[in-house]
This record gives sequence, structure tokens and C-alpha cells, in this order.
Amino acid sequence: MLRYTLKRLLSLIISLAVASVVIFAVIEVVPGDPASFMLGVNAQPDTLAALRAELGLDVSRVQRYFNWVGGMLTGDFGTSYTYRTPVSQMIADRLWVSLPLALFALTLSTLIAFPSGIYAAARRGKPGDLTVMGATQLGIAVPNFWFAMMLVLIFAINLRWFNAGGFAGWENGLWTGLHSLTLPAIALALPQAAILARVMRSSLLDILGEDFMRTARAKGLSRRQALWRHGVRNALIPVLTIIGLQFSFLLAGSIIIEQVFYLPGLGRLVFQAISARDLIVVESVVMLLVFAVITVNFLVDLAYAAVDPRLRSRT
Amino acid sequence: MSRNLILGTFLSSLVLLAALLSFVWTPYDYAALNIPDKLRPPNAQHWFGTDHFGRDMFSMIMVGARTSIAVALVAVGIGVGFGVPLGLTAAARKGSWWDEVIMRGNDLVFAFPSLVIAILITAVFGAGAINAIIAIGIFNIPVFARITRGAALSLWEREFILAARVSGKGAARISTEHILPNVANLLIVQGTIQFSLGILAEAGLSYVGLGAQPPTPSWGRMLADAQTMVSFAPHLALIPGLAIIVTVLGLNLLGDGLRDWLDPRIRVART
Repeated sequence: MLRYTLKRLLSLIISLAVASVVIFAVIEVVPGDPASFMLGVNAQPDTLAALRAELGLDVSRVQRYFNWVGGMLTGDFGTSYTYRTPVSQMIADRLWVSLPLALFALTLSTLIAFPSGIYAAARRGKPGDLTVMGATQLGIAVPNFWFAMMLVLIFAINLRWFNAGGFAGWENGLWTGLHSLTLPAIALALPQAAILARVMRSSLLDILGEDFMRTARAKGLSRRQALWRHGVRNALIPVLTIIGLQFSFLLAGSIIIEQVFYLPGLGRLVFQAISARDLIVVESVVMLLVFAVITVNFLVDLAYAAVDPRLRSRT
Repeated sequence: MSRNLILGTFLSSLVLLAALLSFVWTPYDYAALNIPDKLRPPNAQHWFGTDHFGRDMFSMIMVGARTSIAVALVAVGIGVGFGVPLGLTAAARKGSWWDEVIMRGNDLVFAFPSLVIAILITAVFGAGAINAIIAIGIFNIPVFARITRGAALSLWEREFILAARVSGKGAARISTEHILPNVANLLIVQGTIQFSLGILAEAGLSYVGLGAQPPTPSWGRMLADAQTMVSFAPHLALIPGLAIIVTVLGLNLLGDGLRDWLDPRIRVART
């Protein structure tokens, strides 16, 4: 297990290093100098030089890359070009919206997908199964931002159960905060739940055909008992991998959903930064998201290997 | 033919026909403003109603289908064009440094949250259909490379490949003459699925303003425009959304149906 962990850790570090080079290179392509962009066309040359020095722009590209990566490793993400505040602070503020939203959606998606997947597998080929599968087929085809708009139309505009957008803030209590994240979380969760339910069903169907399931029935367990005690538990392994992968989809998906609901999360931060050409913010947020995704996948791989020793010898 | 295949073919052809027809005929000029007739719900003159500028929604949906299909199709083309040769060469030199580089590169691209990178690319290089195509297309490359390599690897073990090698054919000829035709089915099925994902991605990118730019109609953009008017003109949001759903659903059903139809094992099992 240690060997496997080290091997995976090495590939994690390489992935992160390559990712940071790619992101840095893409941002470097952007023409124009952030300092002159900030100061405008009438800036004095010495003011410009001073600002360039302050922002760390007066050194070579290679040096800048290492300064950027080194800074991030110590929690210093640089200073926003437009707001002149530490980027780490801006990200931390926004993370309090995006992260709970992704987790909320992940919980909802799991809560919807598990029962429907198990239900469909237990009634394979029957009307119940066909209904669930039809619904998941539809769920996969629905763009989540459109679904979000429909939720707003029904539950915010017509029924007035929720606000159409905005975030009430955690300082007004947990309930108020969760309330304003409910519609966005549902919008994010449903398409993911459709995928997860299909994975749950097919994974469970694979397990139901195994010999040990027949043994379980033979020793006197009812269908239901065998399904829950032996089937579901074994079927969970591939499902957990998908849940790990979904976390990254949810983080990325929240970028668009935040636009629909005007939520002050990382997604809105990125878009504001893009339009203000605040590239250091874009660069750092994108790197952070990539870091989160790669790390979650790494942890899922480790958990997977811990559960199933056969996997350690692979790769 | 399965129900999936029939329904999928029907829905996909419907959208494709609308897109093709839009080159020669639309009920109205999709760009013609007609302010007195704005925000009309669906009616006999305007089957899908009109938008906030009085433009005919039916015509815009038809032309929007063109945009969606073009972006997704070229993005799949990029994936196949680069991914398949990479996968074939990796399989032909299994275990070599080249194979290793391609597979690690694949893992890396897979690890990126594709939407975030697509946003980064379009943000840096400018919003527009071409950049959206590139951003979506890049993430199709590893998908096709992996699936081609996986299928090709098992083919290389087969006896007919051995026969081809004995007859003196090189790796390149074997790959193109024997491996490629045998993985084609798999690629068609995957292509359909990537095509539907491309439609969704294009809609997402144009919704946030990073896809096709006005006046080119696109479904995502129509949804973005509809957002502030959804309370008094819900058809503005309903119709482009349904267009996306019908297209994606159709392509997914088509992909599922084709997989069952083209996979001999499943066909045998069914009969």
C-alpha cells in the first residue's frame, strides 16, 4: 500500500506541476501589461515601473512562474490587480459559498441516486425500472442552468418559496444560508443524480449475478435481505469513484449555476476577474479548482485501493 | 432495431433537418426585428412565439441548431482527428515511451475540470464559436485516444493481425488496414456520445457569453437573454431549453441504440 501511495503521490505532483505550467502559459499569452492596464494610458513611466515592481512583473517569466507557484505553496496567491487585496482573501470569502454549494449538491445527488438506482436494479425490466431509467435518460439531457431557470420560474417567481437569486450569508444563521443555496443545489444535483443512479443500477446488477449472491439466497436470506446485506455493499465501490469524479463536475458546474442565481462564489469571481482582466485572480482560482479536482481523484484512488487490494498491483 | 435506436434516430434527424433546412428556408428572417410584435407567446403566425425584439423564435431555433451542431461536430472531429491516430500509435508500440507519454498525457487532460479550462481558453483567447470549438475539442482528444488504444490493444493479440504481420505488413499498414476498421463501430458510438456532450458544453459556454457571439443565434445565448424575462415570457426560456433536451436526448438514445445494434454479442444475446 505504501508503494502504491508513493507512486500515486508522485503522479499527483507531476500532474499539478504540468497543470500549473499550462495555466501560467495560457495566461502569459494574453497581450498587454497588467500594470499599464491598471494605471491607464497617461501613467508616468516611474509610477508604472514602481507598480510593476510591486506586482512582481519586473522579473523574467521563469522567475515569475516560480514566484507564483512558491507563493501559492505558502498560501500567498498574490494581489488582485483591480481590488488591490490579497487574492487568497478573495478566494477564501467566495469558497464559503462554492464549497457548501458543491457539498450540498453532492449530498442531494447521492440521496436521490442511491434509492432510485437500487429500486431500478431490484425491479430490472419491470415498469419501475423502465420509469427510473427513462427519467435518468431525461436527467442527463437537461442542461443544469436551464433546469435552474425553470426552478426559479416555478419555486421563486410563481410559488415564492425561495428567492430568485443572491446569497443571504451565513451570518444570518445556517438555515438562511442553506435556504438560499437550495435551488442552486437542486439544479446542480439532478443531472448528476441521473448519472449516479445509472451507475448504481448497473453496478448492482453486476453484483446480483455473482455466485456469492446465489449463496446468500441459498443459505436462506430473502431477496431483500440478500440485496441489502451483500448486494448494495459490494456495489458501492464503483459508485464511490463516480461520486469522487462528480465532485469535480459539481465544482465546475457551480461556476455556471452561480451565474444563474447571482451567487457570490468562485464562479462569479472568475467571471468578474475575466471582464476586469484581473488575470492573477483568474490564474489562481483556476489553479485552485484544478488542484481540488486532481487531489479528490487522488484520494478516491487511494480509498479505492484501500478497499480493494487487487487494484494496488495495477497501474 | 431497438426502440432507443428508432426514437434516437428520429429526434436527431429532426434537429439535423431543421439545421439543414435553415440554410435555404426559415419561416421569417431570424435577424429581422419587429418590435410591435415582441414577446408574443407561441401562436399561428409564430409557432414558437417571438423574443424581446420581435424576432421569430422558430427561425432562431432553426439557425441555432446549425450553430450547436457545427460546434459539436467540429469538436468531435478534433477529438477523432487527433485522438484516434494517438491511440493507434500508442497501441502499436505498447509499453514504449511513446505509449507512456500518450497515456500520462491523457490522464492529465482527464484530470482537468473541462468546463473550467474551456472558460479559461475562451476568456484568454476571446469569446467566439471557434474558440469554443477548440476548448471543447481538446477534451475530446483523450477520450478517443483512450478508447482507440484500449480496443486496438486487444486486436493486436488476435490471429488475423499475426497473419498480417507474417505477410510482411508494417505497424502503420496494419493499424490503418486492419485495426481501424475494427474499432470504427466503437468510435461511432463514442462519437455520438461526445457529440451530445458537445451540444451541452456549447450551450453552457454561450450561456455565460463565451460561445458564439451575436447576431449568430445560439441556444445557450437565447437562454441567457431569456433569463431576465422568464417571469413574464416563459416561452423564451422553455423553447431553447427543450431544443437542447430533444437534441441531447436524441443523440444519447442514438448512441445507446447504435451500441446495442453494432455490438454482435448483445445482438446474439437478444435473439
